[in-house]
Amino acid sequence: MSSPPTASLRPITPDAFGYEQARHLLLRAGFGGDPNQIRTLADWGPKRAVKHLIEVGAIEGYPEPRANSFEGDLMRQPTPEELREYRRAQERGDEERVAQFRARRQRMQRADRSQIRSMQRWWLERMIESPKPLEEKMTLFWHGHFATSYRAIEHSYQMFLQNQLFRSHALGNFGSMLFRIIRDPAMIRYLNNDRNVARSPNENLARELMELFSLGEGNYSERDIKEGARALTGYSFSENDFLFVPDRHDQGSKRILGRSGNMDGDDFVRAILEQRDCSEFIASKLYRFFVRELPASRDDPDAKPVSAILRRLAATFRGSRYEIAPMLEQLLLSEHFYDPSNLQRQIKSPAELVVGAVRSMRTPVRDLGILVDAMDLMGQSLFFPPNVAGWEGGRSWVNTSTLFVRQNILNFLLTGKTPSGYDAMASVERYDPMVLLDDLRETDPDADRSPQKVVSYLLRFMLGGEPTPDKMRTLVGFIEGHGGRVTPDVVTGTLALIAAMPEYQLC
Amino acid sequence: MDLHGSKAYSRRAFLQRGVTLASSAVTVPYFLQSSAVALARPANAGTSVAGVPEERVLVVVQLAGGNDGLNTVIPFEDDSYYRLRPQIGIPGAQVHKLSARSSIGLHPAMDSMKELYDDGLLTVVQGVGYPNPNRSHFTSMDIWHTADTSGVGDGWLGRFFDAQCAGADPRTGKGAPAGHAGVAVGRDAPLAMQGRQYRPISFETADMFRWTGLDLHPSMAQPYEEILESELDPTVEQGNPSAAFLTRTAMDAQVASAKIRRAVDTDPLVRYPNSGLARQLAMVASMIRAGLETRVYYVSLGGFDTHAGQGGAGGQHANLLRTLSEAVNAFYKDLQAQGNDGRVLTMSFSEFGRRVGQNASNGTDHGAAAPMFLMGPMVRPGVHGGHPSLTDLDAGDLKYHTDFRNVYSAVLGEWLKADSSRVLGGTFKPLRVLKT
Repeated sequence: MSSPPTASLRPITPDAFGYEQARHLLLRAGFGGDPNQIRTLADWGPKRAVKHLIEVGAIEGYPEPRANSFEGDLMRQPTPEELREYRRAQERGDEERVAQFRARRQRMQRADRSQIRSMQRWWLERMIESPKPLEEKMTLFWHGHFATSYRAIEHSYQMFLQNQLFRSHALGNFGSMLFRIIRDPAMIRYLNNDRNVARSPNENLARELMELFSLGEGNYSERDIKEGARALTGYSFSENDFLFVPDRHDQGSKRILGRSGNMDGDDFVRAILEQRDCSEFIASKLYRFFVRELPASRDDPDAKPVSAILRRLAATFRGSRYEIAPMLEQLLLSEHFYDPSNLQRQIKSPAELVVGAVRSMRTPVRDLGILVDAMDLMGQSLFFPPNVAGWEGGRSWVNTSTLFVRQNILNFLLTGKTPSGYDAMASVERYDPMVLLDDLRETDPDADRSPQKVVSYLLRFMLGGEPTPDKMRTLVGFIEGHGGRVTPDVVTGTLALIAAMPEYQLC
Repeated sequence: MDLHGSKAYSRRAFLQRGVTLASSAVTVPYFLQSSAVALARPANAGTSVAGVPEERVLVVVQLAGGNDGLNTVIPFEDDSYYRLRPQIGIPGAQVHKLSARSSIGLHPAMDSMKELYDDGLLTVVQGVGYPNPNRSHFTSMDIWHTADTSGVGDGWLGRFFDAQCAGADPRTGKGAPAGHAGVAVGRDAPLAMQGRQYRPISFETADMFRWTGLDLHPSMAQPYEEILESELDPTVEQGNPSAAFLTRTAMDAQVASAKIRRAVDTDPLVRYPNSGLARQLAMVASMIRAGLETRVYYVSLGGFDTHAGQGGAGGQHANLLRTLSEAVNAFYKDLQAQGNDGRVLTMSFSEFGRRVGQNASNGTDHGAAAPMFLMGPMVRPGVHGGHPSLTDLDAGDLKYHTDFRNVYSAVLGEWLKADSSRVLGGTFKPLRVLKT
């Protein structure tokens, strides 16, 4: 049995922060890095390394997405005039005219589906190339947290706007994000708040706002939901903008979470932010994303230290009035975060796996469409979370079917080979794995000629921890089978074999 | 060999020792655990129907795009039918009447399914749908897949497998479904089979359900074999449960891959027609013949979105129905030759039917209620329910009288022996479509 993790949130000392710890930090607070990046962070020491990842505003030169990056009016609603004409055509039985209207609607939908597919590729590319990986990772976190699916709303530009909201608040203030999310057209549509009107309230958004987005189940009453729904009446949207409809808003007195008065959506959010449960719920969700699953029961020897950590993270969160960065900095610097029991413990999400492979091994991207498709097969389709609770994560990512997809997409990135054979277009670009050995040569100039040293170095880089004798034996045997010469092809083969080891799925 | 030492964890050792020792090891592939239980039971113990083995299989045939139910099961004595479909209506003389006195019949291209019907292997469930029908392909398909009228949540078959996972021993995995308990033949794994925990296996050709690194160079095979057979360090098993879980899943995947690829490598016992659906069903039949632990197979046929020029007795829609009929007919002939037909229930559905009146392009637009087919020796053959009225319509569409979840309820409860109300999240009276 491994011993329980330390309950210490004290910053890790610089001398305890080496290659292994820098690798861990890059994997969890980003999507992993190549050996040089790992070495650089290790040399900087924990303080500067964490600061560099968190202070995304300090990194310039990478273009922000622009409002006109995508088409905003593909799913434009018909004008009142068009609607009138359509109804008239229906009334007089003008089949041809009606068919024309329908055909136009279908063309719009097709164009919109094509746009959401290009957004999937666009976001994946950002994750792969952004110099601010934590910003994209937090954007992904919020997408899973405030899960909204294109499948239900069928409006790609609203998904884009929501994605931008998550990016602009990625490491910002959680409170401001909550005020914004109740005004977000995609969210309003997804949880039917456009149908939440004074005369017949719809509780969907009010319920999820507390249950999934801020407080967690059991920390509010059914009455809070009913009254909260009334506070959100009239919060609707028009095309791509938030629209408050005063006529539909319930002006009466409400009582939510101990506050009362003629409350509106903002008052509802304020009442939520006053709850201690809110800081604890969000802190523990971030903890699960960055560190590990929570212990299943109180009897688990890990339960005590983990709940002590969570309590103090929540206190930091409250103390900073819901600023994300200070809490995250405290966590990423802490001795607890680098506890050996927290290393190589998480199962990579499909995004972490695919983006991480490109970023760490420096493979060509080859074909973003194939990568998006593969992520879908692995259970993580960007902009299509499975339900309002988001991706479950952890073990749910891996089963007999997804495991082959996870291993084979690595073969594709390394060699251009698709599961159905060589892809003529995709395989043009040849991967040069030798750049990975630069760091090895720097400390030991002739090491890249020694199969032993190369294998041990690559295992440390790809899997973390100390290489086991059987893995060493297998891979050294592979290289020796090729005359012991460390050629690009042999290194690529070695990387493919390491990526086929079950441990490669961990980070 | 020391069975209780660290060597006890290699894959080869499992395969060699087989099921008898499965219970003594900690890290056993999940499927070996469950098949050990299955094999320990006498072949005919606990079966509720004489002669029908408990290892029952469900095959779902998805007709994607919205099948025109009204030109599939045709009310040829109804004048409204010909009035509303002047070009695409099918003359009564050409339909396959379902009985001498019957006023409905199958489309002329469906001879092969008529044959199944005459042999008592087919039941037609009329007027199937759900409240407030949704006419978007996307949403309506999700509604059928999730068995939820908002179309949100896990798949209904995924929840069936999840319920089995939940009933399993959390430490050993005993009682859990096999990794390949659900197999979808096709590029995408259908939402219907996605559970919270359970994920189906899906592949277009079994060749893809394997590690592609083997194709890179012959020298990859030996080290790959060594990786698969390397033992899991018992200290890792206890200290890092994620690593243990992954190693176990990798074993499962390897075994399932080998079994499935071996299974589909055999020639079918009968000749199948030349169509994608027939090839999918031939693969399913091979897997059933090989005795895989798979409970649910999923295949699909697309192209039913016939907005323009759908044809009548011949043409676009007729070809689709012929493809369907010939494929399922060959499938049951194959299963009969194997002696497995009694174990297999096949169910077809489409996300919606089509509008009653034809449109200006001699096609049909998205509609609502439509028939479903259930096939196999265990169905109560015949026609279930009356044909929906062609004059009492819901915005131009047929009104449903049977909720599809009542069909699911029968399939789950009476065929798969599951707690259907738990899986469906509500109680739906099972439709009396199966012999029980």
